[in-house]
Amino acid sequence: MSRGRFGIHGGQYIPETLMNAVIELEEAYNRYRDDPEFNRELEELFCDYAGRPSRLYFAERMTRDLGGAKIYLKREDLNHTGAHKINNVLGQALLAKKMGKTRLIAETGAGQHGVATATAAALMDMECVVFMGEEDTVRQALNVYRMRLLGAEVIPVKTGTATLKDAVSEAMREWTSRISDTHYCLGSVMGPHPFPTIVRDFQAVISKEIKAQVAEKEGRLPDVVMACVGGGSNAIGSFYHFIGDKGVRLIGCEAAGRGVDTPETAATIATGRLGIFHGMKSYFCQDAYGQIAPVYSISAGLDYPGIGPEHAYLHDMGRAEYVPVTDEEAVRAFEYLARMEGIIPAIESAHAVAHAMKIAPEMSQDKIIVITVSGRGDKDCAAIARYRGEEIHE
Amino acid sequence: MSKIGKAFENGKAFIAFITCGDPDVATTAASVRAAVENGADLIELGIPFSDPTAEGPVIQGANLRALTGGITTDKVFDLVRDLRRDVAVPMVFMTYANVVFSYGAEKFISICGDIGIDGLILPDLPFEEKDEFLPLCRKYGVDLISLIAPTSKDRISMIAGEAEGFVYIVSSMGVTGERSRITTDLASIVKVVRENTDIPCAIGFGISTPEQAREMAQLSDGVIVGSAIIRLLERFGSDAPAHIGAYVKSMKDAI
Repeated sequence: MSRGRFGIHGGQYIPETLMNAVIELEEAYNRYRDDPEFNRELEELFCDYAGRPSRLYFAERMTRDLGGAKIYLKREDLNHTGAHKINNVLGQALLAKKMGKTRLIAETGAGQHGVATATAAALMDMECVVFMGEEDTVRQALNVYRMRLLGAEVIPVKTGTATLKDAVSEAMREWTSRISDTHYCLGSVMGPHPFPTIVRDFQAVISKEIKAQVAEKEGRLPDVVMACVGGGSNAIGSFYHFIGDKGVRLIGCEAAGRGVDTPETAATIATGRLGIFHGMKSYFCQDAYGQIAPVYSISAGLDYPGIGPEHAYLHDMGRAEYVPVTDEEAVRAFEYLARMEGIIPAIESAHAVAHAMKIAPEMSQDKIIVITVSGRGDKDCAAIARYRGEEIHE
Repeated sequence: MSKIGKAFENGKAFIAFITCGDPDVATTAASVRAAVENGADLIELGIPFSDPTAEGPVIQGANLRALTGGITTDKVFDLVRDLRRDVAVPMVFMTYANVVFSYGAEKFISICGDIGIDGLILPDLPFEEKDEFLPLCRKYGVDLISLIAPTSKDRISMIAGEAEGFVYIVSSMGVTGERSRITTDLASIVKVVRENTDIPCAIGFGISTPEQAREMAQLSDGVIVGSAIIRLLERFGSDAPAHIGAYVKSMKDAI
């Protein structure tokens, strides 16, 4: 069996045209991952440019209001560019630069990964092209402008459902046509090996910091770590250093859209089954004949029909739980966190906040929950206003 | 030798790609028969997939029209059963790994063997992943076709050495679709392929004109044409079979 497996999941199900490119990437990554100079440069970028370590904030009002477990928020929303996406992008852009690549291409859903990639490209003087579903360019118009401002070309993808999965397909097609100078900066822990591993390693800084920060504040491990899951990069980043700590519950919150009993959902673990797509074996929302489902979520960043292979494996092992959260629950959590803590989370992250609102009251006050707030919610304000029946102009 | 070898016994092989169910099954059946009557040596039947990541806009469009028209894997199997009443040339399926996997790989591949499908082309199943389906393909006598790309370089000998049926040489970088010029050094690729296998090799991706077909056929044992045929279906719909027949004749004559 091929490399890059998490249990039965993962692998490299891609056209032959791309095989040497992923092999070259894997070799480069193996060369640099433990290289002190590479890690020093990345560390410096994380610290001075992205603003790491991100804060771990005790949400006191929320904790009191829910009346149960103590809630901490891991503030990835405070990173430069406003989300966890920058962690992975700085790592991959630096790697691409070392590999002699001069051009970055990326897919984006909510636009956060696209903005992060455009940012790194500007910083490192690289060309940048971002593929974004046409529907998402409308839902996330502000981010489209940000990417263009940063010097990236944004290509609206009109095929299929014109959302994240189609942006991934189009970025893959572009990569097969131009490999020699181009690195595909994949935004989540998905796609063919070595991407799920590379992206996870660059995002693992989140759980490394959580562990140290909770130890410092509480002198122990947290009881629950939770995060939203689309492809699953902020979640795997939040889980990774706790996987061996069996006492820590790991909870991934999937986008249920209008509900897991409706076709308008993107909850892969709840409604998908095993398949092969976008370079990997994992769980996918699909019909009886293996046609990929046109999934839906209010959140453009979670609107993806699959889940990263390592999450699929953690699910198989029973090491992590995956729960569906509806649009309505996420919107309520979005509003709740804004009023309760003065923090406007990304609608993606609000899915994790929503589930914490369900479980925290049932837990005793000596328990600790960490919620990763993967991004900030400014980008979502117009869409949430619209959801609530209010038209605002950005 | 596998049944696919027969396609290469009548001079250079012309391989026609047709997406099943675009715009409907009756048109596909008529198109296949028109192609075979006019000299097609091998038929590559595309089973539509919702997200065909190796295809350019033309074949993406065909996939969409076919799926919108209600095609399913089971209906494709019925189509092949119908075609096999009178079509004798080798036929292979071109689809994506999930279509096979999701149906149940053993069920899918055993049906292929039963209904007279001679090979399987899966563009998202590279050499490293072929064990996903290869043991089943061997069990049911279906050749798993290997693809070689312009970027394959040091991988060519490894892939060709284990290839079955025929070697599918991808002419150009990128996705399927017509190209005005093919610039890859295909002669060098074919040379390495021939050093490593005795089975035939055919070139596909980007070929649409008789001149290109002649040039590519001189380098190899055959040519594969997809998008140019799909364009006729896009343009003429259920009237396309007559146009496809004429086009296939012009291409087969050229090679």
